[in-house]
Amino acid sequence: MALVVANRNRARRRGLGLVGVLRTLASYAVTLCGLLVLTFFIGRIMPVDPVTAVVGIEADREAYMRVYYQLGLDQPVYVQFWRYITTIASGDLGNAFLTGRPVIQDIARVFPATVELATAAIIVGAGLGVPLGVWAAASRGRLVDQVVRFITLTGYATPIFWLAMMALLIFYGWLGWVGGGGRLEIYYEGIVPVRTGFITIDSILAGEWEIFRSVLRHLVLPATLLGYNSMAYITRMTRSFMLDQLNQEYIITARVKGLSQRDVLWKHAFRNIRVQLVTIVALAYGGLLEGAVLIETVFAWPGFGQYLTNNLMAGDMNAAMGCVLLVGIIFISLNLISDLLYQVFDPRTRP
Amino acid sequence: MTSLTQPETATVTARGPKSGREAMWGEVRAGVLRLLGNPLATIGLVIIGLLILIAIFAPVIAPFDPVAQSLSRALQPPSDVHWFGTDEYGRDIFSRVIYGSRITLYIVFLVTITVSPIGLLIGTVAGYFGGWIDAVLMRITDIFLSFPSLILALAFVAVLGPSLQNAILAIALTNWPSIARLARAETLTVRNSDYVAAAKLQGASAARIILRQIVPMCMSSVIVRSTLNMAGVILTAAGLGFLGLGAQPPTPEWGAMTSTGRRYMLDYWWLVTTPGLAIVIVSLAFNLFGDGLRDVLDSRSE
Repeated sequence: MALVVANRNRARRRGLGLVGVLRTLASYAVTLCGLLVLTFFIGRIMPVDPVTAVVGIEADREAYMRVYYQLGLDQPVYVQFWRYITTIASGDLGNAFLTGRPVIQDIARVFPATVELATAAIIVGAGLGVPLGVWAAASRGRLVDQVVRFITLTGYATPIFWLAMMALLIFYGWLGWVGGGGRLEIYYEGIVPVRTGFITIDSILAGEWEIFRSVLRHLVLPATLLGYNSMAYITRMTRSFMLDQLNQEYIITARVKGLSQRDVLWKHAFRNIRVQLVTIVALAYGGLLEGAVLIETVFAWPGFGQYLTNNLMAGDMNAAMGCVLLVGIIFISLNLISDLLYQVFDPRTRP
Repeated sequence: MTSLTQPETATVTARGPKSGREAMWGEVRAGVLRLLGNPLATIGLVIIGLLILIAIFAPVIAPFDPVAQSLSRALQPPSDVHWFGTDEYGRDIFSRVIYGSRITLYIVFLVTITVSPIGLLIGTVAGYFGGWIDAVLMRITDIFLSFPSLILALAFVAVLGPSLQNAILAIALTNWPSIARLARAETLTVRNSDYVAAAKLQGASAARIILRQIVPMCMSSVIVRSTLNMAGVILTAAGLGFLGLGAQPPTPEWGAMTSTGRRYMLDYWWLVTTPGLAIVIVSLAFNLFGDGLRDVLDSRSE
C-alpha cells in the first residue's frame, strides 16, 4: 500500500493537496475567530466589573465613568466585540498599565528572550529525544526500553519549577558552575547594543566574547531543564513512530537483504518518520511557552512568561489578555504549520 | 445451576461466561492480573493507595498542626523532631506535606468527576449526531485545545481571583477537551456497528443509544485518559500554586509551599525539596498507573 501511495502522480497530488490546504486554512480561520471570542469573553464578560479591574477600587466616580465609556461598556455586547476585533486587527492590544506603553511594544521587547530560551531548549530536547526514542524502539521491551520509559515518565511528572529550583540550588548555590538568575551578569547589562534582541547573537555581533560566555553560563541551565521537559514528549513520540515503521514489511525485507541494524533504523525506518517528527517538534516548541512561564519566574528571565505573570499579579487584564491571545495565535500557527507540512509531505493524509 | 443437567449447555458454561455480568467480571479479573504483572503500574497503584491512606489518616500521622506557627523554631534543618525541618514560621514541613496530600487528592478528584462526564457527553454527542453539531462542538474543543492548559488556567484564575476553588474550576475548564476528543473518536468507530443499528431498529431513542450503547464502549479509553490527565492536573495545580494563583497560604498545598520556600531556598534547602518531591512522586504514580492501565484496557495501544 505504501508503494501505491508513493507512486501517485505528482501533479494530481498537488491538486488534491491544494484543496486540502485551503480547507485546512479555512478551519484554522474559524478556530482563530473562536480564540478571539474566548479572550473577549475572559477579558470583558467574565470579570464582575471590568472597570474596577482597570481603575482599582478607590477610583472616584468620574474616573470610573471615563473608563466605563472608554471600554465601551455602554454599548451592546456585539458592538463591544466588533470594537475588540477591529482594534486587534489593527495591531493594537491597548496599553499596559504597568509600563504605560502599548502592550504590543512591550511584548516585542520581551519576546526575543523567550524565543532564545525556547530555541536553545528545543535543540536540547530534540537532540536528546530523537536518538533516545529510536534507541528505545529498536530495543523494544528490553531493559533500555524500560529505562527510557521511566526517564520520559519522570520528565512528564516533574514540575519544572521545582526541578529548576533544585538545579539552581545545586549548580549555582552549591557548586557555582553556572550563572544565577537573569540573562547575564548584572554588570554586563546594557553594554551590548540591541540589534536582534537575541543576546547570544548580539554579543557575538559586538565581538564581546566575555559577555557571550556570561550569557551562555546563564542560558545553559534553564535551556537544559526546559529541554528535558520537551524531550520526554519527543522521545515517546519518536518511539511510537519508529515502532509503527519497524512493524512493516519493508523492514523485514531490508533485514532479509542483510542490512545492518544501523542502516535499517536510520536509512529505512527513520527516513519515513521525518515529517511526523518535524510536526511533533513544532508542537513541542509551542508547548515550551507553558514551561517558559514557570521557568522564567524561577530564573528571573526577563521574557514573555515573566511579563505575563507580572501583569496577572498586578491585575492588568489588558496586558495579560494580550499575552494570552498571542500564545493562542502562536499555538494555532504552529498547529497549522504542522498540519500543512503533513498534507504537503505525507501523501496518506490527503483525501 | 440448572444448566448443568443439560449436556450441551454444560460444555458451553464450562468454557465461556454464563451472563454478560459474569463475562465482565472475568475480563476485570484478567485485566487486574495483567496490571499487577506490570511492575511499574503496580508501583504506581501502590503509591496512589498510600496517598489515599495518608490523606485519610493525616491527623494521626502528622506529628504537628500543619498551620501552627512557632517563630522560635523557624527554619530548623531536618532533625529527629522535625523530619523535614521547619519553614519560615516554624511550621513542621513533614506535617504540612502530609496534610498537602488531602488538598492534592481534593483537586484531582473534583476535577476528574466534573470533567470526565462533561467531556464524555460532548464527545459522544458530537460523534453520534455528526453534521453541524459535530462541527460546532469540535470547533469549540479545538479552541480550548489551542492553548497550553496552564496559560488558559492562568487567564481564568486571573479573572476569577486566586483561590483553590477557582484554580479547580480553571483546571476543569481546560481539561475537558482532551476527553471530548477521545470520546468522539471512539464514538465514530462504533457508531455504524451492527449492535447500534439493532438498538435503533428496536426503537431506542438517541439519548438511550448514546448512554446505553456508546458510552460503555468509550469508558475504557476515557478512564485511561483521565488517569493520565490526573498527573497533568497535579502539575497544573502545583504550577498555579507556585505562581501564587492557586491555593493561598497558609493552606499546605505543595506548589504554594515551594513558592514561599523559594525566597529562603539558597540558605535553607529543605523548604522546597520535600514538597516538590511529593509532587513528583504522586504525579509519577498517576503516570505509571495510567500507562499500565492503557496497556490493559486499550488493546490498540501497542
